[in-house]
Parts: sequence; structure tokens; C-alpha cells
Amino acid sequence: MSKVIKIKKGLDIKLVGTAEKILQKAEQAETYAVKPTDFQGIRPKLLVKTGDRVKAGTPLFFDKFQPEVQFTSPVSGKVIEINRGERRMILEVVVKADPEIEFESFDVPDTKSLTREEIIAVLQQSGLWPAIRQRPYSIIARADDIPKAIFISAFDSAPLAPDMDYIVKEYGDEFQQGIDILSKLTDGKIHLNLNADYPPADTYTKVKGVEFHYFKGPHPAGNVGVQINKIDPINKGEVVWYTYPQEIIMIGRLFNKGIYDASKIIALTGSEVIHPKYYKIISGASIANLVKGNVTEDEPLRYISGNVLTGSKIYSKGYVGYYDNMITVIPEGDYYEMFGWAKPGFNKFSVSRAVLSWLIPGRKFKLDTNLHGAQRAYVMTGEYEKVFPMDIYPVQLIKAIMIEDIDLMEKLGIYEVDEEDFALCEYVCTSKTEVQSIVRKGLDLMRQEMS
Amino acid sequence: MNSLRKFVDKIKPQFEKGGKFEKLQSTFEAFETFLFVPNTVTTKGAHIRDANDMKRTMIMVVLALVPSLLFGMWNIGLQHFHATGQEGGTILELFWIGFKAVFPIIVVSYVTGLAIEFAFAQIRGHEVNEGFLVSGILIPLVLPVDIPLWMVALATAFAVVIGKEVFGGTGMNVFNPALTARAFLFFAYPSYMTGNAVWTHGMSAGEGIIDSYTGATPLAEAAAGNIDNLPSVAEMFFGTIPGSIGETSTLAVLIGAALLLFTGIGSARIMISTFIGGLVMGLLLNIFAVNPFMEIPAWEHLMLGGFAFGAVFMATDPVSAAQTPKGKIIYGFLIGFLAILIRVINPAYPEGVMLAILLMNVFAPLIDHYVVQANMKKRMKRAKVSA
Repeated sequence: MSKVIKIKKGLDIKLVGTAEKILQKAEQAETYAVKPTDFQGIRPKLLVKTGDRVKAGTPLFFDKFQPEVQFTSPVSGKVIEINRGERRMILEVVVKADPEIEFESFDVPDTKSLTREEIIAVLQQSGLWPAIRQRPYSIIARADDIPKAIFISAFDSAPLAPDMDYIVKEYGDEFQQGIDILSKLTDGKIHLNLNADYPPADTYTKVKGVEFHYFKGPHPAGNVGVQINKIDPINKGEVVWYTYPQEIIMIGRLFNKGIYDASKIIALTGSEVIHPKYYKIISGASIANLVKGNVTEDEPLRYISGNVLTGSKIYSKGYVGYYDNMITVIPEGDYYEMFGWAKPGFNKFSVSRAVLSWLIPGRKFKLDTNLHGAQRAYVMTGEYEKVFPMDIYPVQLIKAIMIEDIDLMEKLGIYEVDEEDFALCEYVCTSKTEVQSIVRKGLDLMRQEMS
Repeated sequence: MNSLRKFVDKIKPQFEKGGKFEKLQSTFEAFETFLFVPNTVTTKGAHIRDANDMKRTMIMVVLALVPSLLFGMWNIGLQHFHATGQEGGTILELFWIGFKAVFPIIVVSYVTGLAIEFAFAQIRGHEVNEGFLVSGILIPLVLPVDIPLWMVALATAFAVVIGKEVFGGTGMNVFNPALTARAFLFFAYPSYMTGNAVWTHGMSAGEGIIDSYTGATPLAEAAAGNIDNLPSVAEMFFGTIPGSIGETSTLAVLIGAALLLFTGIGSARIMISTFIGGLVMGLLLNIFAVNPFMEIPAWEHLMLGGFAFGAVFMATDPVSAAQTPKGKIIYGFLIGFLAILIRVINPAYPEGVMLAILLMNVFAPLIDHYVVQANMKKRMKRAKVSA
């Protein structure tokens, strides 16, 4: 085993509702959706209208800034709805699925002889190009960049996160094929980052053409941003790409069979799920069938596509996000609590021992979405630094973003970070500052300035 | 609980935009959030949030100050008995004397400070911040017991307005507000803040004071070169000596420090490095000692005057201290180092801690600046190497 990189700063929030390692084939969902909001920084232009018939792999919309990049339907069926939000922003393109899925076929000659251009063209047409993202800015990769390296975080350390080793264990061949394809996209290395706490799945360890790294420590050890920062940090002017195991498997499958088969395994988790398990679904599926009869009834619930720190809020009939490997269901917290700030808080979790739940060690918590306080000015210091393992000063960077000082942001390391890297800072903040949206604002600002 | 909530919900619209008392929105928010943690749920970003908030944090600091406060009240009674030549006295009797003297000071400090805070929050249209909950108790604890109440009010007003609000309010201030109040009185009304008579309750009035009682603080004795008059180490540690209301007992301060460190609210970096800084300076003075004051063992300095109190409760104020982890260590060390230097070398200011902390408050941003610059340079260098 190569050198283990130890992450010391961070925090594991232990929640109730980890998925049991039982894989169920989910009943096919009635509707599927592709959500432009899953993709940072794109401007979607529709290619279909309601009533159109599509196959799995038929483009639904494209990005105005990168017109070659298509966003395709994961299933065949009929476009039944285009949901819009404020200022007619497209939120969801909904497809009602056929009972039997028909696939568009993509022309994939022998993998070995494919050129970089051919690979990119197939990925862009099929709808799998968005699976590859870049830093800086955490946006969909640009085909004309040649990345310094490609990073793959092979495990997820977020609260209740699925066991990625369990998810990929059956897909060794596809994974290898995906890696082979990726290796043609970069002149640099492909870094596969594994968890040092347990022996990784054969799918990972047997793969050829990658460099292995082992990480140990609390969340965010599994965040690709942290891993990049520790292995080969991004400097100004450099671009690295990153992607995740299930997407690599889909890419492998695409070049093997010539179809966009978006099936993936997700974990259904959270304190309000009665039987938290793994499900095999197709990307973009409505969660309606998964949660029906499988969640507690009494309270208003928060459905999250993704984890509790970075996921997006969806409805009980909402759709699994393009990049998400889990659904979390937790209680909403819309209640008043009399003198709540003075109560011992045995049932609440805090990094600070000012909340007395540390008296009962080793337990798991059922947390809700209450903010536990009101927003205040920055007073406390040193809080973010305890959960932020990169060699970057988080508070100073956030303040630079607030004052929109481009030069300062650059010097403080904005190219290396993403919203998700600040999720724990946002969690611990006593002043209840919306850290992640500030970071997103900074990234968008930098992107506008630099392009 | 329900009926109270119903009442609050009923009157709430009147304080919102367009309501009759729209202008009192901040005040309403302050009282509402005091009674109830709001029902606000997360809308963007992390869906769950830590259970700790600003109110709980500030209350923890106030709790950490309680041992010093209670001990201070009892000690006032004790010193008063010493001064008037009385013997005995139960704990409650002594405490009651102190309570009667200190309670009005606390009330004045809170009322003045909170009134100004609320007014500024109202004018600026932002929420009332909880910071003054701590400042309001810190101010009385660093004052002599017989301070006139109008001075307390004046000093508090000065601290809040000039020390805090002119910089933009909570979170923006350069100086520690409580020390600003003390420094204001120290320079504006030195006769009430220095000398031997101010530290013991009833002594400035002069009635019934026995001749043999001087009322001098150990620091004053040391500065005057009367090393033989210094109290025993035990007396200094437990705090049965004259001094500001809450500063005398090192033990009580350490109990507070333990709470702050254990809950993770106070910065261990600052506290420990301040003590180390003081110790280092004390040792240097010992080595080059030319007078009895310089010969006082370095570790005894840490129990004298307000050193421990300042290191634990004042230097660690997160807003006016350095903010980077490395910066905190430098900041704390220099406070301790300078405090003992000022104390021993400049006899006009036996209380060097206050001046050292205020001075380092000014330099804290500069320390952070260099720490952050180092990180930036490292990043630039890395870019050049790879390019």
C-alpha cells in the first residue's frame, strides 16, 4: 500500500439511518427528469417540447456556452412537462418512461483506436460529458482544455454516505473500460483516491492505468477538492478534471455497448426512512416509488437528493440528481423552541461542548433542518479552521469573496475550492452564515472575470 | 409556552414591515429570539446546522465568569472586614456586603450598554447582537468596587459607542469593549482607578478604617519595593487580596478558563501563549534583576493583578484578537510578554495587562496580515515552480 495521507481536521456527523447493505431493484419510476440546476454555470437551451418522444440518449437541451454538450434523456418515453421557476428558468425536463427502454445507439469503434476527439464527441452526444467536471470553478469540463490530471474520489465520507466500494463491486470491467477512456483525455495521471480504513473493493484495486492514493480521517477526507489539495494542488492557470466511480462505469458501458445506460445504485438513507437500503435505479428517477410507504408519516419531511451537507432539496415526488448517489430524508425543523439556547440539548449535535450531548458518547443523532439560532455578525474565530483541512485560510477567503476582491481571492486559493469543501464550515458556524452560497458567488465571479 | 407563543405571533405583524411598530423591529427580534429559538429552517447550503448559536456561546462565557464574580463579591466583604478591623463574619455576611456593592454596578453596566446597543441596532436596521451580554459583566469585574455609578455608565457608553459602534458594531471593533471602558476611566479619572484607597469597599469614604490597614494591592506594594508586604502565594492564588472586583482569584479565573477551553469557546492558543509570554518575560527579568520587583519569581507574576483574568477573558475576545491559528499564538505571547514588561519596568502603570492587551488589539490585524501573506507567498511560489 502506498503512503497514507492523513486528514486531521474535519468532522464526522453521526446520523441515524445508514443504508443497510441490501441491494434492491427498484420498481421502475413513472417519470424521470433532467435538471439543468444540477449543472453549475450552464445556460440551457431546450431541444424538445412537451409531447415529443425521446429515447435514452436523445438530447433534451444543450448549453448555450458549450453547444456541443448535450444533456440527454436517461430513459425512452414522452416529454410530459417542462417545469420552470423564477424568470422562466428551466428547472426540470420531465419524461414519462416507456415500460421497455429503447436506446439511441452511438457509433463506438474499437476502443483502442479511438482518438481523443472521437471520444469527446461520443461523450458529448451521449449526455455523459457533464459527468466530467473541472476545477477551478467546479463546472463541466471544457473539451479544448487538456487537464493536468484527472482525480477520482473512490469513496464518500459525507454523513450517511453510501459505501462506494459496495456500489461498484460488480462492475470491474466497465470501470476499467471507463478508466481506459479517461486516460486518453489527459496527458497527466489519473489519481484514484481510496479510503485507507478498510481494504478497497477489487474493482478499484485491480484497475490498471491509475495512481492509487490512500486517505484516512474524518469528512471531508472523501471530498475530491481536499484530495487534490493534498496530492497536487491547483495553481493559477492550471485545470484538473474530476469525476466519480458510477459515472466512470457509465462511460465504460457507453463505449462497450454504444448506449447511454444511466442505471446506477443509490442509497436511500436518513432517520425518517423506515428501511434504509440500496436501490438500483436509472439516473434522474422520481423518488416517489422509493419513499412511498417507506418513510415516517407524522412530521413534515425534508427530502434531499445528495447528502445533508451539500445535497439539493427535492419534493417527495422529486428526482434523483445527475451526480447524486444517495437520497436522504430527515425531519423539517420548523418549530419554535422556548429558551432553546439555554437548554442542555441532549438530543442535538454540536462540535462545541456547550451543547451537552457529548455526555452520552458514541450515539447517532436524528437531526432536523432547524437553523438553531438566528443569523449574526461574525464573532467567533477558529471554528472553520477546525473542520477545513486544506492549506487555505477559509475565513479570509470568504471575506475576500464578500468584498469581491478578485486579486485577493486568487491569492487566497479560490481556484482550489468548491462549495462542498466549505459545507462543514457552514454547518459549524455559530453566526449561521450561508458559507456555501458565498463560495459559489465567488467562483461565479472569478469565472466571469477570467473568461 | 403555547399561550406565550400565540401572543408573540399575534403581536409580530405589528413589528414587521408596514406594521405600526415597524421601527422597533430589531428590539422585537431580540426579545423574540430570547424567548424562542426561531423556527427558521435551512433553505440553501447545508440542510442541518450545529446546535450551538451565538446566544449559547455568549451565555457560556458569562457562566465562565460566574466563579470570579461570586468570589469577588465575597472577597469585597472580606477586605471590608479587614479594613474595619472586624473579625469573623459568615460567608453569607461577607457575600452580602459585596453583593450590595457590586450589583448596582452590574445593573448600570447592562442597562447603559444594552440601551445603546438596541438604539444602534434599531437605527442601522440590523439585529441586536449578543456580544454585550459578556461585555456587560466584564466591565464591572475589572473595576474597583467603590467606583461611582455615573462613571460606570459613562465608561460603558464610551466603550460601546467609541469602542464598538463607530467601527460598525459587533464583530467589527478593534478594541476589546470592556477594556476600552476600563482604559477610559483609568485615564479620565485616575484618582478613582489608582492608589491604595479605591480597592476596598468603604475605604475611600474613610469611616471606621483602622490605621494598620493600607488597602494596597500586591502590585502596588511590589512597585513600591515593599516585597516583604506581599501576601503569601496561597493568598494570591485563592484571591483573598485587594484588587478589582473579579480579578483577584486566580483559582476562580482558572475554573472559568477550564469551562471555556472544555466547551471549545475560548481559544487555548491565546490563553496558553499569553501565560507562556508572561513567564518568559518574568524569567528574563529575574535573570537581569536589579531591584526587588524584578526578583519576584516569574510564576508568581501570573497570579498577580489582573494577569490571569486578562489572559483568560480579555485576550481571548475573538473579535479583537488575532484570527488565524498562528496569529493567535504570536498575539497571546506578545500580550503576556508586554504585560509583565510594562508592569515591572514602568511603575506608573502597575496594571500592564490592560495596556498590553489594548496594544496588541491594534496589532492583531497586522499579525494576521503577515500570517496570511506567508500562505499567499507559498501559493505563488508553488505556481512558479510548476510553471
